[in-house]
Amino acid sequence: MGYEFIEGNEAIARGAMRAGCDFFASYPITPASSILHYMNVLVPEAGGVVIQGEDEIASMGFCIGAAMAGRKVLTSTSGPGLSLYSENIGLAQMGETPLVIINIQRQGPATGSATKGAESDIQFTRWVTSGGLPVIALSPATVEEAYLLTYIAFNFAEKYRTPVFIMANKEIGVTKEAADLESIELPPLVERKKVPSGQKEYLPHLFEELDEVPAISDFGGDYIARYTTSTHDKTAYLVTKPDVIQEMIDHYFAKIENAIDDITLVKEDFQEGAETLVISYGIISRSAAVAISEARAKGIKISALVLQTIWPVPEKVIKAAMKGIRKIIVPEMNMGQYLIEIERLAATDVEVIGVNKMNTTLVSPQEIIEKGGLL
Amino acid sequence: MSDIKYKSYMTDKIGPLPFCPGCGHTTLINALDKALVELQPDPKDVVIVTDIGCIGLSDRYFTTNAFHGLHGRSITYACGLKLARPELTVITLMGDGAAGIGGTHFLNVARRNIGITLLIGNNFNYGMTGGQHSVTTPTGGITSTTPWGNPEGPMDLCGTAVAAGAAWVYRATTFDKDLPDVIKTAIEQPGFAFVDTWELCTAYYMPRNKLRKKELFGLLDSYGFSIGLQADSPRPEYSVKYMEAYEQGKSVIKKKPRIEAQHPNSVTRQTGIIIAGSAGQKIRSAATVLAEGSIFAGLNATQKDDYPITVQTGHSVAEIILSPDRIDYTGIENPDFFILVSEDGLKRTRPKIQSLPETCILYADETIELPETKAQVRRLPFRKLEKAVGKLSLSTAAVAAMLEDSGMFPIEAFGLAIKSFQSEKIAEINLKAVTAGAELTSKSSKIG
Repeated sequence: MGYEFIEGNEAIARGAMRAGCDFFASYPITPASSILHYMNVLVPEAGGVVIQGEDEIASMGFCIGAAMAGRKVLTSTSGPGLSLYSENIGLAQMGETPLVIINIQRQGPATGSATKGAESDIQFTRWVTSGGLPVIALSPATVEEAYLLTYIAFNFAEKYRTPVFIMANKEIGVTKEAADLESIELPPLVERKKVPSGQKEYLPHLFEELDEVPAISDFGGDYIARYTTSTHDKTAYLVTKPDVIQEMIDHYFAKIENAIDDITLVKEDFQEGAETLVISYGIISRSAAVAISEARAKGIKISALVLQTIWPVPEKVIKAAMKGIRKIIVPEMNMGQYLIEIERLAATDVEVIGVNKMNTTLVSPQEIIEKGGLL
Repeated sequence: MSDIKYKSYMTDKIGPLPFCPGCGHTTLINALDKALVELQPDPKDVVIVTDIGCIGLSDRYFTTNAFHGLHGRSITYACGLKLARPELTVITLMGDGAAGIGGTHFLNVARRNIGITLLIGNNFNYGMTGGQHSVTTPTGGITSTTPWGNPEGPMDLCGTAVAAGAAWVYRATTFDKDLPDVIKTAIEQPGFAFVDTWELCTAYYMPRNKLRKKELFGLLDSYGFSIGLQADSPRPEYSVKYMEAYEQGKSVIKKKPRIEAQHPNSVTRQTGIIIAGSAGQKIRSAATVLAEGSIFAGLNATQKDDYPITVQTGHSVAEIILSPDRIDYTGIENPDFFILVSEDGLKRTRPKIQSLPETCILYADETIELPETKAQVRRLPFRKLEKAVGKLSLSTAAVAAMLEDSGMFPIEAFGLAIKSFQSEKIAEINLKAVTAGAELTSKSSKIG
């Protein structure tokens, strides 16, 4: 009990450890590097393995190998590192590999402003690799949420056998806040579904229903295991038959899209009779909270929806929040990457206003008030 | 050999190996099978790791575990598997193409000595994509992408591995009768072992360059290369070294005390404080204990820092927000307090100082030449104080001066944070600095 004054990156590391992370491979990059520093102490002390790769490609390769050998795996990076992860993220999707990827976003593109925050990678994460498969991405708004959502990311990764992203921001990763991590209520820990013993053989991608997540047998476990980067059937052997390939692709989509209610995490602050709605995520949801309370103080009725899950888009919840709404304000620390998702969901007669800025500084409450017409 | 458990590690269910007639890969894969039969591991304890290229077609023919990954990255998956389960026998099969695209992994696995076995089927070109040149194509070699002869020089894979510190390196050809024994010995190495096997690509490189067995050996001779062991310098495998280092090191996790509110405060709204000075003046540490002290006084706090990537040079600026309520917006548009202890700090924050509101109190060292500002300026002898409290405690003293003057929360809470979170030695010095700093602005000294 009691508070600590810690940065988001420490909370992320401790959230991972609380989820049982026992393998961490990463490559230093500002502003994510301190996650390496915490994990390089925490993981070995818990009996796990940590290694700093020669680059992000190697780090992600280590993670995939270790995850398939039964480890609970974390890696961390920022925009330029995510670019290098891209190819192997596709492999992790193909092989249905559980792992958690932390992205402490910074101002991009390229090297950008290495020490400054932004939400550069929102759409990049959605379409992070070839193939366009759905991804799970969570966005924390506070140090405490960074801890909670990292823990939950492990649950999602294990449950759905897929890479899960934490889309934080320099403004959370290296900002210190008073946090009481031990008092945070956590959902039960989820472990990957294992193939029961006594089976004739292990089929790495076995499912009855398309959305069923296949049980896993680790490399070095009770069964001969296979893993492949190529289009494959349930045995993980390469196939070229279009109907088999399509079935596997449908499976990848279904296992995440049909689980959207389970994956959806939002915070709602609705006001009766409000015709204005602010939809936000991450650090900027906090600027939005200030703008909203100032607007309400002036008598403006206004509702707020904060998305902790940003991918897959929590469409059902967003559409429900849009009922009776005439104006939607979407503030972001980028040039409108999530705005396009809200625009496609909003009715044509609803005004959708993006409050966008990508100059390394936070979108302020005042900017939301002014550009959102809340004066 | 008649009563051995595993007569082969190859499946007979999907027909013969798929390679072109005469391809060296068939010889190499069969030699690996023979080596495994000699060693008799449980197939469940063996992982064949491959990637893209003709040789990557082979993993499905093994009855062991198999991992087929992206081009040139098989070493990384193999290392991940080995690090996660050091008891596994992990064998990576790559072509010379993968050695190029994954060159850094090749260098680094050798350097780290992670205990995988790497077998490269080196046939001087990319077979799978139509015979393009690779990193081992001889100078002058004709390939689809070097129709007038390769202008590049070839990479000596063995020499490279040796230079990178590989523990065990062997150069072989598919014409060597003892290839299965060589591979067996490689697998038996506890650390990283690499066999560079020169072979013929009968589809592309061989016909285009008239490279047959005789010319292959001629090529080796022309480079002055020998068949055989190139390095045999065993040293502890990575996982062994890792555990040794961990066990010899001491635990560095210290349980930090938790902060419970135990002092009063007089802060009624979100309050922004900026401390600007030089790197090396412990600006960030002073800011952190200020924030921690405020939490001891029942407040919420945030801290953001701005400093260059270098240390001990340039500016260091910390932004602290204190509030009786939850802190949502962590930007400081209009600071309430500004502490300026050096010219480096001024250089970084000049526009901010120029636009400070009149509600802001600026505590500035008396010798700093200030730009025009609306802020209420309090000139204090920080530099003089530095002589008494030391460079590393100056910013703590300056924070104490601000805290005493503002009365936001008791100076005791600040002291408690210092005692709770700083080492005994540093805390002792800093507590003296707190007293000295507070004296600069205390009511009694002002009256005096």
